[in-house]
Amino acid sequence: MYRETQIINDAATLPSAEGELVINVGPQHPATHGVLHLVITLQGETIQKVEPHLGYIHRSIEKMCESLSYRQFIYVTSRMDYLSAHINNHGCVLCVEKGLQLEIPPRAQVIRVLMDELTRIASHELWWGAMAMDLGAFTPFFYAFRERETINDIMEETCGTRLTMNYMVPGGVMYDLHPNFQKRVKDFIQLFNNKIDEYDDLVTGNIIFQNRTKGVGVLSKEDAISFGCTGPVGRASGVHCDIRKLYPYEVYDNLSFDEIVETAGDSYARYLVRIKELRQSIRIIEQLIDNIPEGDFQAKTKAVLKLPRGEFYSRVETARGELGVFIVSEGATTPYRIKFRSPGFSNLSALDHMSRGSKIGDLMAIMGTLDLVIPDIDR
Amino acid sequence: MFSLEYITDSIQHWLYSTFNPTMALLLECLIIILLVTAFFGVLGLVLVLMERKVAARMQIRLGPNRVGPKGMLQTTADTIKLMMKEGLTPDGADKFLFNLAPFIVMIAAMLVLAPIAFAKGFQIWDINIGVLYVSAVSSVSVIGILMAGWASNNKYSLLGAMRSGAQIVSYELSAGLSIISIVVLSGSLQISEIIASQQTGWWLFRGHIPVIIAFVIFIIAVTAETNRAPFDLAEAESELTAGFHTEYSGMKFALFFLAEYINIFIVCAIGATLFLGGWMPLHIGHWKGFNHIMDYIPSSVWFLGKTFFLIFLIMWFRWTFPRLRVDQLLSLEWKYLLPISMFNLLLVTLIAIMGWHF
Repeated sequence: MYRETQIINDAATLPSAEGELVINVGPQHPATHGVLHLVITLQGETIQKVEPHLGYIHRSIEKMCESLSYRQFIYVTSRMDYLSAHINNHGCVLCVEKGLQLEIPPRAQVIRVLMDELTRIASHELWWGAMAMDLGAFTPFFYAFRERETINDIMEETCGTRLTMNYMVPGGVMYDLHPNFQKRVKDFIQLFNNKIDEYDDLVTGNIIFQNRTKGVGVLSKEDAISFGCTGPVGRASGVHCDIRKLYPYEVYDNLSFDEIVETAGDSYARYLVRIKELRQSIRIIEQLIDNIPEGDFQAKTKAVLKLPRGEFYSRVETARGELGVFIVSEGATTPYRIKFRSPGFSNLSALDHMSRGSKIGDLMAIMGTLDLVIPDIDR
Repeated sequence: MFSLEYITDSIQHWLYSTFNPTMALLLECLIIILLVTAFFGVLGLVLVLMERKVAARMQIRLGPNRVGPKGMLQTTADTIKLMMKEGLTPDGADKFLFNLAPFIVMIAAMLVLAPIAFAKGFQIWDINIGVLYVSAVSSVSVIGILMAGWASNNKYSLLGAMRSGAQIVSYELSAGLSIISIVVLSGSLQISEIIASQQTGWWLFRGHIPVIIAFVIFIIAVTAETNRAPFDLAEAESELTAGFHTEYSGMKFALFFLAEYINIFIVCAIGATLFLGGWMPLHIGHWKGFNHIMDYIPSSVWFLGKTFFLIFLIMWFRWTFPRLRVDQLLSLEWKYLLPISMFNLLLVTLIAIMGWHF
């Protein structure tokens, strides 16, 4: 019998304490947004324990990367956190470039940051819709997708694809920007500024929504640090963990933008952090869109890349938090060992701690604001 | 002027002059059974299509638009699909109760149709305790829901059914108190007399602010009673997959689905009858000409128009608000709605005794 089947059967038959109810949320469940399996122990409607079971979508990406060359393995990482695929690629190329000690042309740097921020907006948009749907409001999902579609179109023009962009190469980006890029991004910014206000009207200000999220799933600053929570989850608990500010890469240190930090640590704070980050991303794009330097979009590199013997680490801020890429090289054309530090895994580990003592409905609010992408957790 | 009264009267006259009274009564019953069943089917199709179109409109989509003209046959196609599907009974389920539950919910919904006046003189059973009958019979459906949740032998279903039980029992109180405030004003429990008391104006306009408060509480309470969003905790699909009907498929599921929409129609019809004058046309004081024109609109159109307006309101809620949590749901009822409606009832009674209403 498969191990997971065993777990499901055990949950159904194991003797539990008086009045306890063990239910399986997932692997197929509308609120887990993927194949996450939670075994939750209930006392009435109150959650006693949440036990995540992982591995349903494990594709051994790290192992696969070991047999791919330094140009090829980048594209596999698009499939980890598919919503911020571009930023994943960014982390990988930064690591490879660190090893090769490549100088990146300024144009490529700006293009990379622009694409990163567009991806972040698209990812937060999808989160916003899915989170509202977890709480029972359907309409925001369609509103979010309407704007996300515009970003996908912009991506499609320049990168050729809409979801897994594969636009990054060691030394720069794969193609130059599409001639329409600047105009379309400006149109999008104009459209999107009004839409964020609409989001606030529809969801943020809603009294039911605030009641459902305020004081729910509180994560203290100390706990956030000890669980390794990063990204909006960590920042909502008051941890300064924005990699773009702490360890600036590309042109981030020349840009003016705020690191959004809330102190409440509840679901509402996590919600606010992401909504405010949308505005900050727009701010970054506004600063760069008219100042894209002329020049090469790609540095000259050798056809076959070989990293020198050693260990290389780079980190980027994805839409979900800190993505760390660790490469051990033996001097060959393929990495000896690759390890990804994915934000979703650490954020998920806090779920049990956050949801104990709350109701089942709260679990959905907490999971919604953790913004889990399961392939990112399982890899 | 067109009125359904002539048709019903002539049918009754013909039946009683042709057959002996027992036979005539039996035949009348048969006709009514056929009418109610047909009405059920049509209403289900129309309401489901309406819901999908309203939802699509609010969600910047088109909605069903492929089957039939403007997608009007979509729900018919869906019904055929549901009928073709196998009605599974899970292995560990209590088979008798599992199969009985959808019928109890359905029958409860059917029975409540009896005292509703669809048009002038078009009412199945003008019972003198009409309002009491409606609130009594409509609560039977909770038994069906609890039965379904228990018999499914599924933990999600059980949780959903328990939520539904707690919810329907609590919200019935404030719905009942809102209904009573109209009973106090009109001085009768009989539906036809309540409508007749609104000859000069609807209670919503005549009863000052207390009746408006009662109306708002009534709408909130019936939204909760029919398990509609934002109070759809019994079938909260992001929490409990489908709640009490998780294990149902095929026609048994369709019966739950249909009963939900019929219940919406019924509570909105009751709301339209009590607060918006049922089939009574809109009359404004001494505007003779205006009142005369309004009289020309058939009474059935008035009734259905008001009912569908309320149904639209309830659909609007569903596609706008997030869902409440179970403890918030109960505290909303017991801490806010119930005390307000109790106090409100006192005010309405005062208005009725002093004759302060218009």
